[in-house]
Amino acid sequence: MTSLPAPSTRKLGLVIDLDICVGCHACAVACKEWNDGGAFGPLPDADPYGAEPHGVWFNRVHTYEISGIGNRESGIEKAGAARKSPCASSIPHSPLPIPAATQSVHFPRSCLHCETPACVTVCPTGASYKRAEDGIVLVDEDKCIGCQLCAWACPYGAREFSAKRGVMQKCTLCVDRIYNETLEPHDRQPACVKACPTRARHFGDLGDENSDVSKLVAERGGYALMPELGYQPVNRYLPPRPRRDASQLKPTIHPEPSDETPMPPLLRWIDRVLSR
Amino acid sequence: MRPTFSIIFFTVASGAGYGLWILAGWLILLAPRLAEDRNAWAANDLVCAALCAGFLLVSAGLVSSLAHLGQPQRAWRALSQWRSSWLSREGVAALLCYLPAGTMLLACILGSWTSADAIHANSTNWLLRMAGSRGAGAVLALMAIITLFCTANIYACLKPIRAWHNRFVVPGYLLLGTYSGALWAWLLSGVTQASLAPPSLLIGICSAAVAGGLLKLAYWQFLDKPAPQAPDATGLGALGNVRSVEQPHTEENYLTHEMGFRIARKHARKLRALVLACGFSLPALLAALALVLPSASAWASWFAVLIGMGGIFVERWLFFAEAKHAVMLFYGARSA
Ligand code: SF4
Ligand code: SF4
Repeated sequence: MTSLPAPSTRKLGLVIDLDICVGCHACAVACKEWNDGGAFGPLPDADPYGAEPHGVWFNRVHTYEISGIGNRESGIEKAGAARKSPCASSIPHSPLPIPAATQSVHFPRSCLHCETPACVTVCPTGASYKRAEDGIVLVDEDKCIGCQLCAWACPYGAREFSAKRGVMQKCTLCVDRIYNETLEPHDRQPACVKACPTRARHFGDLGDENSDVSKLVAERGGYALMPELGYQPVNRYLPPRPRRDASQLKPTIHPEPSDETPMPPLLRWIDRVLSR
Repeated sequence: MRPTFSIIFFTVASGAGYGLWILAGWLILLAPRLAEDRNAWAANDLVCAALCAGFLLVSAGLVSSLAHLGQPQRAWRALSQWRSSWLSREGVAALLCYLPAGTMLLACILGSWTSADAIHANSTNWLLRMAGSRGAGAVLALMAIITLFCTANIYACLKPIRAWHNRFVVPGYLLLGTYSGALWAWLLSGVTQASLAPPSLLIGICSAAVAGGLLKLAYWQFLDKPAPQAPDATGLGALGNVRSVEQPHTEENYLTHEMGFRIARKHARKLRALVLACGFSLPALLAALALVLPSASAWASWFAVLIGMGGIFVERWLFFAEAKHAVMLFYGARSA
C-alpha cells in the first residue's frame, strides 16, 4: 500500500556532520559496495570503465563554497557563537576586498527517510512503501514498473532509476545490515556510517529524544533540508561550526631581532661576514 | 525536465481522444433520438466516427505510455494504488472509460451495419437503446473528463516542480484535451459528410482556442515571474553565499540527465510563439473561415487538425522542457 502508515515512534535515520565531513566519498563507495551485493542489489553500471560511466549511487557527495560569511545574519550567530568580524577585510597590497570568511563544505546527500514522503504516495504500484515499524522508505523491486514518478516527486534527488534493471533504486538505510544477526552487533549500522573515516555520519532513532543522535541534533542545532516542502525529513544535518576569523588574529611570526649590539665581538664579526 | 516522446505523445493523443469522447457523449446527450430509433445510429455518422477515432487516439496514447516504463509487463500493478496515487487513478479511470465508450462503439457498429429490415434480435435493440440514452452520453463525457483530470493531477501534485505544481495545469489539460478533440470532430464531420460542420462546433473551436491561448499566456507569465523565494536546498544559505564548486561525479548522472534538462531561453520564446500561432491562432482563423465560407470547411479542417495538433505537441514539449526540478538546486541551479 502506498498510503502512508500511521506515524511511528521509531524514526531511524542519519545525522550528518557538515563540520567534519572532508568530502572523501568513502560513504558513497562503501554504500555502492555493500548494496551491489546486498539484498537490494545489484547496482549495475553502464560502461563502468569506459569514457562515460553511468550508474546508480544511493549516496552522492557535493562540495560547496560558502563566501561572505558574516556578511549577513548567520545561523551560527543565532546559535550563540557571536562573530564580530567586519563585513570584509582586505589583504594588504591587494586591490580586491575579500569576504570576511570563506569556507568549503562537503555535503553528502542521500534519502532522508521523510515522514510524509510524496515519493511513496505517488507510486501507482505499491512498490514504494514506508515501513510502519521504523519509518524506513523502501522500493519493492519486484513490483516496480519503472514509471519514475517517485523520482520526480522527491525534491532531494534520493532516487535513481536503473536503466539496466528497469526499476527504481534508493537508499535502504542498510535495512539488510542494521537488523542482520549474522553481523557482529557493532557492525549493525549502515555501511556509510561504518566507513566514514572522520565519523561525520551517525545512525540512530531520531524519534527517541534520549538517543545519542537526538542529543547531538539538540546540542549542535541539527536541521532538516527544505522543510517548507512539507516532506518532514527524518535525517538531520549539523551545521559547520564557526571558523576562527583570520583578520582578528595576532600575527604569530615575529620579526628577527636586528640589533647586533648585545652579541659578543666574535659573533658580531661572523654575523657581519655572513650578512654580506 | 527531460521531454520524453512517449509521454508527450501519450498526453497529446489520448488528450484529443478523450476530448472526442467528451464531445461524442455531449452529442448523444443532445440527440436522444438514438435511444428510440436504431436507424438514427446509422444516420448519426458523426457520433460513430467520433467514438471510433477517440478509441484509436486514446488507445495509441495508452500504448505509447507503456513504452516509458522500465518494466511494461507489470503495468497492471499500476491499477492497485488508486487510494493515494494520481497515476494509478488515471489508469483505473482510463480502463473504466472504455466501458461506456466500448458499449457505444458496439451500438454504432450494430446500428450502422445491420440493415433496418433485418431487425430480429431484441437484445441488440436493448443494447442500442441503452447506449443511445442520455444517461450513457453523460457517463461517457464525465468519465473522459475524470480521466483527463487524473492525468493533469499526476503533474500538478508534484511539489518539487514549480512549473507543474500550480493552478494552471489542470484547467490546461482539460481545455486542451477538449479543444483538440473538437478539432478532430470538425475533421470527422467533413469526412463522414453527414452534415456540414455545425456552426456551434466551429464557434466552440474559436472560443476554446482563444481561452487556451490566454491560459498559456497566463501560465508563461507565472513561469517567468521568479518564485517568491527559491528554497535554500542545502540549508547553508544562512551562513553566506553558497556556490557549488564540485559535483559528486564526473559524468552526467540520472538526476542531471532527467531533471537537469534546460532549454535555451531564446528557443523557448520562439517555441512559445509557435504554440500560440499553430496551436491556437491558425486553427481559430480556419474555423472562422469555415463559418463564413462553409464550402471551405472540409479542407480547412484538415489543416486545422494538422497544424493544431503540431502546436499542441510543441506546447506539451515545452511543458516538460521549461520545468525545473528542485533537486537541481543541489547542483548549483539558482532557482527551481
Ligand atoms: S528523501 Fe526523497 S526518496 Fe527519501 S523519503 Fe524523502 S522524498 Fe522519499
Ligand atoms: S518507479 Fe517504481 S517505485 Fe517509483 S513510482 Fe513507479 S512503480 Fe513506484
